[in-house]
Amino acid sequence: MFKRASIVAAAAAVVGIATGAQAATLDDVKARGVLHCIVNTGLPGFSYTDANGNWAGFDADMCRSVAAAVLGDGDKVKFIPATGKTRFTLLNSKEGDVIFRNTTWTFVRDVDVKLTFIHPTYYDGQGFIIRKSKGVKSAKELDGATVCIQTGTTTELNLADFFRANKIKYTPVPIEDSSEARKNYLADRCDAYTTDASGLAATRATFEKPSDHVILPEIISKEPLGPVVRHGDNQWEDIVRWAVFALIQAEESGVTAANADEMAKTPPNPDVARLLGAEGDLGAMLGLDKAWALRAIKARGNFGEIFESNLGTKTPIGLERGLNALYTAGGLQYAPPFR
Amino acid sequence: MTTTVDQGSATARGEPNVLLKLWRNKETRSVIIQIVTMALLFAFFAYIINNAVLNLQALGKTFSFDFLQEPASYDINQTLIEYTSRSSHARAMLVGILNTALVAFCGVILATILGFVLGVIRLSNNWLASRIVYVFIEFTRNVPVLLHILLIHGIMVHFLPLPKQAISVGDALFLSNRGVYAPRPEFLDGFGFTVAAFGIAVIAAVIFRRWAKKVQEDTGKIYPVFLICTGVIIGLPLIVFLISGSPLVWELPKMGRFNLQGGVMMLPEFLALWLALSFYTSAFIAEIVRSGIMAINKGQWEAAGALGIRRNRVLQLVIIPQALRVIIPPLASQYLNLTKNSSLAIAIGYMDIVATIGGITLMQTGKEMETMIIVLLIYLSFSLVISAFMNWYNKRIALVER
Amino acid sequence: MANTHNPDMTPGLVNAYEPGEHPDWPAPSSVKGPAHWIKTNLFGSVTNTLLTLLTIYLLYKIIPAMVDWMFIDAAYTGTSRKDCEAQASGACWAFIGTRLQLFIYGFYPEAERWRVNLTAILLVVALAPVLYDNVPHRGKALIFTVLYPLIAGVLLVGGIFGLEYVATDQFGGLMLNVIIGVTGIAFSLPIGICLALGRQSHLPVLRIVCVAFIEFIRGVPLITLLFVAAVMLSYFVPPGTNFDLLVRMLIMVTLFASGYMAEVIRGGLQAIPKGQYEAADSMGLKYWQSMRLIILPQALKIAIPGIVNTFIALYKDTTLVIVIGRLDILGIGRSSLADSKWQGLSTEVYVFVAIFFFISCFLMSRYSLYLEKKLHTGH
Repeated sequence: MFKRASIVAAAAAVVGIATGAQAATLDDVKARGVLHCIVNTGLPGFSYTDANGNWAGFDADMCRSVAAAVLGDGDKVKFIPATGKTRFTLLNSKEGDVIFRNTTWTFVRDVDVKLTFIHPTYYDGQGFIIRKSKGVKSAKELDGATVCIQTGTTTELNLADFFRANKIKYTPVPIEDSSEARKNYLADRCDAYTTDASGLAATRATFEKPSDHVILPEIISKEPLGPVVRHGDNQWEDIVRWAVFALIQAEESGVTAANADEMAKTPPNPDVARLLGAEGDLGAMLGLDKAWALRAIKARGNFGEIFESNLGTKTPIGLERGLNALYTAGGLQYAPPFR
Repeated sequence: MTTTVDQGSATARGEPNVLLKLWRNKETRSVIIQIVTMALLFAFFAYIINNAVLNLQALGKTFSFDFLQEPASYDINQTLIEYTSRSSHARAMLVGILNTALVAFCGVILATILGFVLGVIRLSNNWLASRIVYVFIEFTRNVPVLLHILLIHGIMVHFLPLPKQAISVGDALFLSNRGVYAPRPEFLDGFGFTVAAFGIAVIAAVIFRRWAKKVQEDTGKIYPVFLICTGVIIGLPLIVFLISGSPLVWELPKMGRFNLQGGVMMLPEFLALWLALSFYTSAFIAEIVRSGIMAINKGQWEAAGALGIRRNRVLQLVIIPQALRVIIPPLASQYLNLTKNSSLAIAIGYMDIVATIGGITLMQTGKEMETMIIVLLIYLSFSLVISAFMNWYNKRIALVER
Repeated sequence: MANTHNPDMTPGLVNAYEPGEHPDWPAPSSVKGPAHWIKTNLFGSVTNTLLTLLTIYLLYKIIPAMVDWMFIDAAYTGTSRKDCEAQASGACWAFIGTRLQLFIYGFYPEAERWRVNLTAILLVVALAPVLYDNVPHRGKALIFTVLYPLIAGVLLVGGIFGLEYVATDQFGGLMLNVIIGVTGIAFSLPIGICLALGRQSHLPVLRIVCVAFIEFIRGVPLITLLFVAAVMLSYFVPPGTNFDLLVRMLIMVTLFASGYMAEVIRGGLQAIPKGQYEAADSMGLKYWQSMRLIILPQALKIAIPGIVNTFIALYKDTTLVIVIGRLDILGIGRSSLADSKWQGLSTEVYVFVAIFFFISCFLMSRYSLYLEKKLHTGH
């Protein structure tokens, strides 16, 4: 019995039992010098490890921008890969500071699960992918089909509702993780595979012959995906929210990673001056310095640049901006005024 | 406490400390130990329940089973009872329980048959067959059952043909990577007569068997009971069925746009799980059968032979009944293992208890405590039912000592 | 037979043997030798002959195809699946080869892997005095064995003595299987002994508690206990406390193993003749003294093969950690398949892991059989 007690104690001591003191997240992050960012275990385009083992993707880059704003260096990030099941637990146990892991903003999660959603960085919706050879043009033609889904997400509920509303029958094949689901789809165990449309595009990019597969036009749900922080730390919530808005505002004002320094010196208009810290001191209100937004933009570029370099039409993922274009271009991305 | 002090001398010496005195008395000591155990146990449970209550409060969650009545809103691909996405979580749980029961039941039957066949071949004097079975048994039981499940599922999904090129047996049975399709019987009016005839035939067979046994005990005359009973049970319903105008049609599976439609379908997930569990368990059962038969003294064969009993009757009347006594207890624990191993279904997406109530329901409702408690209780009751049945059977065949 | 006088023999030459029966002569080929062996062992009867032919047919169908896929037509080098396909149509072992380190160490930092190797070597040192009787300085070696779990924990996790801290979520691959298996068995042994003694106790409360615990553990599948570790156990510790998933998993696995261990040890206890208990009593030994000095040493010795078998079962069951998202050797294989360069090689991964488990479990079960035989001759 002695052995047992000692090993548990040793392990607990080594791992560090987090108790007590409700320290503010900002103080924790600054003290630690590293931002702990919860990301997807592997979703091409959003967050994945490249050949050198570095994290890359849309979510990973957004996270670096936040780190740059807070800590001054976009590389001071520790990425914590999480599954759909474990992401909220990791956040609530303070192992992570923020979730950048395509998490859908829903009423229950916001109110009942007690999370705080920042802003949808990606407006998504659930769609279907199917082999071209099946000759299907619309999801309503899927009567009698077998559909692969990943369990534990909102997708299976949307799927059940969609098929019920259209009075068509299908056979669901529920699978625990997305890579297994993809494997089953590729083996033709399922006729169609359903997940968020962005995920479908990302998945298709990894196929041997992407052109053999088609994404059906129906989008059967609203999936606003965005970063999540713990309930109750308003300062930290504001920091993450306005770091994201700074990227969006930068795109709108034409500030890019390349011209940001120059713009900060000679701001073309008062909006940019306030954003980049040349005028006023918005940073101090967040508990940061003046150049916080400048650093965030310089880390990986503005919102548009991050999108285009990870997901855009020139990448293998090949996504159009669509709903994620700025409101000036017919999309939904809109930052409140910086004043 | 170096010398042994019995209770008498302790009392005689008149220890000043009453507690010590009580401790030295064997009977009071055992009472004290038990009270302390109880107290510690209650304290432990009180502690963890208190923690759970505090933790749930901190998260703003409640502990209640009300969610069972709410609509589950997800679909299940294999349902033995009526179920739609509007049914309640309780109903989804029931579907899961039945799916677990189905695969466990089928698995137990196939594993037993395979295990007995392998065990007997292992003992046969055919060197080659015995060696091959040995290799099969050793390989099967030394590889984790999860790997068996994944391997068989992988082979089914990747190497079986698509529904359009399905391997068909007489255009009735189809084998594809979407599963096995078989014709489904459709009962028309008048099939009730056949069912009734079957019932009568079974009752008649039971009565005949009793009578034949009595005749055998009285006179020693042996009737071919098995043959006659099978004849009656198959023959009578068949005649009634034909007379009443064959009120049964088969719905054949036909190729639809995506899948075969109609008929009875067995999902590849079910098949993979069933076969994997059966193979894995059969390897253990084969070893149990082998050691059971080997445990029977050779003298039993010789004694039975000396009585002039034919060799196959010796096996049936002398060896197997005795071997069963050795075989049943370990067999029972193998059946239990098979049922418990069926929970690995989650790895390939077969909708059993763990995947329904312990999987999707848990994740959709966030009721970790409640759903896990339900899952644990369900498995416990499965285990209790199986061990109760095997205990009863074991008692029935146990050696009656007079 | 031997003394029958044969009248046909030449008189004067006393020959006690029938023709062909002389012990110095080789037996006729009809009762000995390969031909006879084949006849009796393969073609003894009609069913036997059929069985033999069927087996030969099956072997003919399976073996060449398997050997072809696994060895002859397999690709051993390459950097992607296409490389393999260009070389051969069989198995693509290059995939396993390039990821072998990952299969063994998981995500353990490369610079620190010597610590894993050292822990493995020390494990052998710690096990030696338990498995073999005639190890020099066995008593001192056993102290090391008892301390080993602590040493291993410090070595692997680090954070003190200048060792770099390695988070447990970086543990993976074969290393994770061994850690879970060995910890489960090591810690379940003392708990199992207590439970087994408790189950045989004459104190009803103790007995009921132990029986209830053992039957509960044996009545539920390991994966439900792992789920409990993953989602439920954190509710039972004081609010704000948070401990590592690996530790939670190890606790549940240990409890699981101790349920089975208790039954194995109970078997050992029951095999001790009643006279031993009575002899201990008659010497005036107290309960714990008689257990420690007389009963347990004998019972444990008898139970060793059972303990090895429990370990084999637990070791195989460690693959289940995959269901709560921990990547053991099987999990690493499965997750490696997500790499788009190597998609669709699941058969290779499963076959590789299966062969690995077969070899290690088979060797252990042989060892347990050897022990059983050794114990058998001792009595």
